Amino acid sequence: MYRAHILVCGGTGCTSSGSPAIIDELNKELKAQGLEEEVKVVQTGCFGLCALGPIMIVYPEGAFYSRVELSDIPEIVSEHIVKGRIVERLLYSETVTEAGIKSLNETDFYKKQLRVALRNCGVINPENIDEYIGFGGYQALGKVLTEMTPQEVIDVIKESGLRGRGGGGFPTGLKWQFTANAESDQKYVACNADEGDPGAFMDRSVLEGDPHAVIEAMAIAGYAVGASQGYVYIRAEYPIAVQRLQIAIDQAREYGLLGKNIFEKGFDFDIEIRLGAGAFVCGEETALITSIEGNRGEPRPRPPFPAVKGLFGKPTLLNNVETYANITQIILNGPQWFANMGTEKSKGTKVFALGGKIKNTGLVEIPMGTTLREVIYDIGGGIPDGKKFKAAQTGGPSGGCIPADLIDIKIDYDNLLSIGSMMGSGGLIVMDEETCMVDIAKFFLEFTVEESCGKCTPCRVGTKRLLELLEKVTNGNGTLEDIDKMEALCHHIKSSSLCGLGQSAPNPVLSTLKYFRDEYVAHVVDKKCPAGVCKNLVQFKITDKCIGCTLCARNCPVNAISGEVKNMHTIDATKCIKCGVCMDKCKFKAIIKE
Amino acid sequence: MSQKVTEKVPFNGTKEQEEKLLAVIAEHKGMNGALMPVLQKAQDIYGYLPFEVQKIIAEGLECSLEEVYGVVTFYSQFSLNPKGKYKIGVCLGTACYVKGSGKILEKIQENLNLAVGECTPDGKFSLEATRCIGACGLAPVFTINDDVYGRVTEDEIDGILAKYKE
Repeated sequence: MYRAHILVCGGTGCTSSGSPAIIDELNKELKAQGLEEEVKVVQTGCFGLCALGPIMIVYPEGAFYSRVELSDIPEIVSEHIVKGRIVERLLYSETVTEAGIKSLNETDFYKKQLRVALRNCGVINPENIDEYIGFGGYQALGKVLTEMTPQEVIDVIKESGLRGRGGGGFPTGLKWQFTANAESDQKYVACNADEGDPGAFMDRSVLEGDPHAVIEAMAIAGYAVGASQGYVYIRAEYPIAVQRLQIAIDQAREYGLLGKNIFEKGFDFDIEIRLGAGAFVCGEETALITSIEGNRGEPRPRPPFPAVKGLFGKPTLLNNVETYANITQIILNGPQWFANMGTEKSKGTKVFALGGKIKNTGLVEIPMGTTLREVIYDIGGGIPDGKKFKAAQTGGPSGGCIPADLIDIKIDYDNLLSIGSMMGSGGLIVMDEETCMVDIAKFFLEFTVEESCGKCTPCRVGTKRLLELLEKVTNGNGTLEDIDKMEALCHHIKSSSLCGLGQSAPNPVLSTLKYFRDEYVAHVVDKKCPAGVCKNLVQFKITDKCIGCTLCARNCPVNAISGEVKNMHTIDATKCIKCGVCMDKCKFKAIIKE
Repeated sequence: MSQKVTEKVPFNGTKEQEEKLLAVIAEHKGMNGALMPVLQKAQDIYGYLPFEVQKIIAEGLECSLEEVYGVVTFYSQFSLNPKGKYKIGVCLGTACYVKGSGKILEKIQENLNLAVGECTPDGKFSLEATRCIGACGLAPVFTINDDVYGRVTEDEIDGILAKYKE
């Protein structure tokens, strides 16, 4: 028995900000004090509040320490662990009240969240199967194998209303049914962990924080559809997730939860990891399958769907990580429990990676139907530096922007689609007034041009031409006619591309054109970039606030600023390279962009 | 999705490296979809995948060199060029981009006089613009080998790089 537990986040965010060294230091310090038998340090998955990393929480008090540094460790051990005095200066300010500390679950960041897929993240040690079992793990697999027929399992998933969390939102139960119905000597279950959307890290966090949840769900799926082999296709860019998943698979095999004759019910199932090699298109299901087969990851036309003819030509069930992370809870708590959460057509919860211009960047899980306003202001803490909210981008390069006047929209699959964005896998990037929407559209198009696999012409050539038009606009050479051309081209690409990548590539352009057309017009008619981002359209000017301190002139890399000491300076626009150094350096806010 | 050989660095693989590679090939031969895992391990052994290595793999797995080359050039993580001793990766994921990682990349390019995808002539630094590395809470982020630099500003770049130049 340990009298205290120290949970330290070992997600990628906190690992990057130094949590492994903190764990070493804690263990060293505890040992020095002779406390290693009394206090246990646990490396967990992501807590969600990445902005405050490295993060730790000390139980039984539940004291939540944020931005912990190595030098803080001796104090935490000697004060908190030895003397029982909480180190207040390190507490997350939201948890400090006059009456003492309040639970993390009562803070604004966590209060409106509902953790189903992330239930174990930040709670258990992902590298220890016993902790997973202690929290109810592998009970669902046991229940399925001993009490249910495969068809009963599929019916439960259908009834729950679960839809694919990878972005498309296809009903999961139906997918299972199609694969179960296909007749074959061999079938496969695959997991899509090729999370390629920039700014999205939900699946990685699940795999890092609770890998057994995915393994157990894949085994359940294997039983339901009649498959004995599973594959997890995961990005090689996620080394921690790959390592923990491999550890989890090895432990499950050792416990007889993977392998032959599981629960002595004559059911065989095993899982193999396959690494991606950096191709966004491999998140598309047919491309992912060709990649596992060892080929260039190019998509192929559907039908036949993978449920009929997938991996190595055999029927294959392919779901995304977060989808799998919901399965065991549906089996244990029943389909009705799941269907009671969310909106009419979108049941359950969704995990979002909050990023961009928002205070609490990190990972959140909310019931479907939560409004965007609640996510951004209540959970996310609003926009930093008193700036104004301009738009939120969901769905990555396949999605679109939601403007400020639609902030009260209830987030679910159908609502987001109806306003020209999409749920996507769950990236949610917040933008403020300093973000140029044309530039953002261009950013996503650069991404799709780079990632287009080149197999079909509308995507390969169309996105390139679209990007050139966008560049023309941001360079200040665009015309109103170009905007119309872009719009027409977008519709052609959407309707004629082979796979989801091309079909959705124009979305960032279409949605910014829909809600921020005035910005495009400002670029082509007034030759101005209202957000001051597009270099060719921006002029730096010195106003009469200038006191002639010469700091800007001394820092200008191209000597474009002239003026006498104590007299107002001027910028020579022909020399200026618009690097913005002068504006950053000026202590009197005398330099403006227009 | 294309890459070319930027400068021809003579291949100087060792006997040990080749033995390791042949062992990897033997281990994977006959497995469904063996090419990708073999290429990944080969890149771990050599650091990159020059034609000489691709030829050994093609012969070992009994497939055509064209097939191997096709797969190598399709995936951005496979490199035809050697990497520097210090591999710099600047995250250009959306969260980092919105927070100014584009400027960080420019500053590094300027400091090292190095284009994205290239390696300095002394073999010390190579530079990549990477996809989201998932440390969005620390945006903007760049990495040098296993060191992660988060919440960086342009002013800090010269100082950080100086540590690796010594």
